[in-house]
Amino acid sequence: MKPFSYERVTTPAQAAAAIAAKPGAKFLAGGTNLLDLMKLQIETPTHLVDVNALALNKIEPTREGGLRIGALVRNADLATDARVRRDYGVLSRALVAGASGQLRNMATTAGNLMQRTRCPYFYDTNTPCNKRVPGSGCSAIGGFSRQHAVVGSSDACIATHPSDMAVALRALDATVETTNAGGQARVIPIADFHRLPGNTPHVETELQSGELITSVTLPPPLGGTHIYRKVRDRASYAFALVSVAAIVRRDGTGRVALGGVAHKPWRVEAADAELPRGAREVASRLFAGARPTQQNAFKLPLAERTIAAALHQARS
Amino acid sequence: MDMNDDLTITRRELLIAGAASAAGGIPQAAGAQPAQPEAPVTARVSLQVNGTRHALEVDTRTTLLDALREHLHLTGTKKGCDQGQCGACTVLVDGRRTVSCLTLAVMHQGAKVTTIEGLGTPTSLHPMQAAFIKHDGYQCGYCTPGQICSAVGVLDEIKRGVPSHASADIAARPLLSAEELRERMSGNICRCGAYANILDAITEVAGGKA
Repeated sequence: MKPFSYERVTTPAQAAAAIAAKPGAKFLAGGTNLLDLMKLQIETPTHLVDVNALALNKIEPTREGGLRIGALVRNADLATDARVRRDYGVLSRALVAGASGQLRNMATTAGNLMQRTRCPYFYDTNTPCNKRVPGSGCSAIGGFSRQHAVVGSSDACIATHPSDMAVALRALDATVETTNAGGQARVIPIADFHRLPGNTPHVETELQSGELITSVTLPPPLGGTHIYRKVRDRASYAFALVSVAAIVRRDGTGRVALGGVAHKPWRVEAADAELPRGAREVASRLFAGARPTQQNAFKLPLAERTIAAALHQARS
Repeated sequence: MDMNDDLTITRRELLIAGAASAAGGIPQAAGAQPAQPEAPVTARVSLQVNGTRHALEVDTRTTLLDALREHLHLTGTKKGCDQGQCGACTVLVDGRRTVSCLTLAVMHQGAKVTTIEGLGTPTSLHPMQAAFIKHDGYQCGYCTPGQICSAVGVLDEIKRGVPSHASADIAARPLLSAEELRERMSGNICRCGAYANILDAITEVAGGKA
């Protein structure tokens, strides 16, 4: 790790101001991803602003009938909340499908959204990576790409977003609330929060420099059957090859979002409309324009079958 | 011990020298990323470890794991992968199981930390320690302190109704099944493969409490 200075802040305004005051500063919450990357000198902040003392650790009802989740609510606490388990089962299921019990006790809601790819070339500082060193090239294209993106990728990057939670939030159409050093709040739909790689894979979210996530808001309960199915190389504690977040109503209509296939949680509204017709039609819409590599082309049929399994589960 | 101390000093000196040469060797272009602080930065933190208050002044980079092992000489907590994957460094922070390698000591001002040394003593074992011995829940023993701290955390989580991937009904109270315990312990790796006996040990303690 490179040396860094450290401060604790107690209000969102202080946090945003502390970041603005020091170029090279970063927010620190759970730290489970940031510290890992700092040890490898992939992240090299000169100053850490510890936001753990901010009063952003509550889950509260909204006037609209949804839930506002504080940015610092730990993944385990979010998965355990009785309202989340009852009305947003897809979110609770996605959370417990991710990481380990220890990490879920530490990781926060906002940090989960901000986590970076687990592409092995991003982690290997001896190899080119456009995300780590813009313009250096992509080692995954033409390299070992079994885990990588099949859709929405670019010639600069085929990394995936590793979060399970974000896939459920995408299916739920959650919104991300932020504040900046000027105290201005902003609401970003989860659909727009993460970016596709394009020519700038190092720019991963819509957040501006110094902008702090304060909460994530869920819409009023959608009803239906909530399903999160994750396919991975081990039965537990592994990132997804493919995951499916589905909310299916009794009449067969609903929503579906995929994890493990793109640079962001992958949802196509035209695919939702095909849900009553079956997994094949849904998958063909989700993967329109897909560009898999030879090594990860298996993800297309795997995703279709996982969607089929989810729809079967919803009917039974 | 002497040998370890020598190694520790050498590693620290190497880090300091490395940081200094990196900072000195790269010319700073105008408007480029600011230079890293050239020397390590220290900060004060007070931790309550196993019931005893400790005021420490540490390099900000010090993980909770290194603070426990290198500063407080509580070497029961083990460093395995140092990247949050193996669970050997699991301790309880304010009662919740945590991988101490992926958190900084300075983040835990005033926190209550329980390590394997604080769970029980050789003459007064914690029930989980006793059950691991009874069921032979280890071979080399390196992962054992983390396994035991994690297992204590798991039983508390089940008691508090924290769901898991193995819970058939996510809205229901979790069960104390073998499947649940296996899933919940998946963040603790045992390369000797003592899993079956670890499961027996945890099951016995869980049953005794239920």
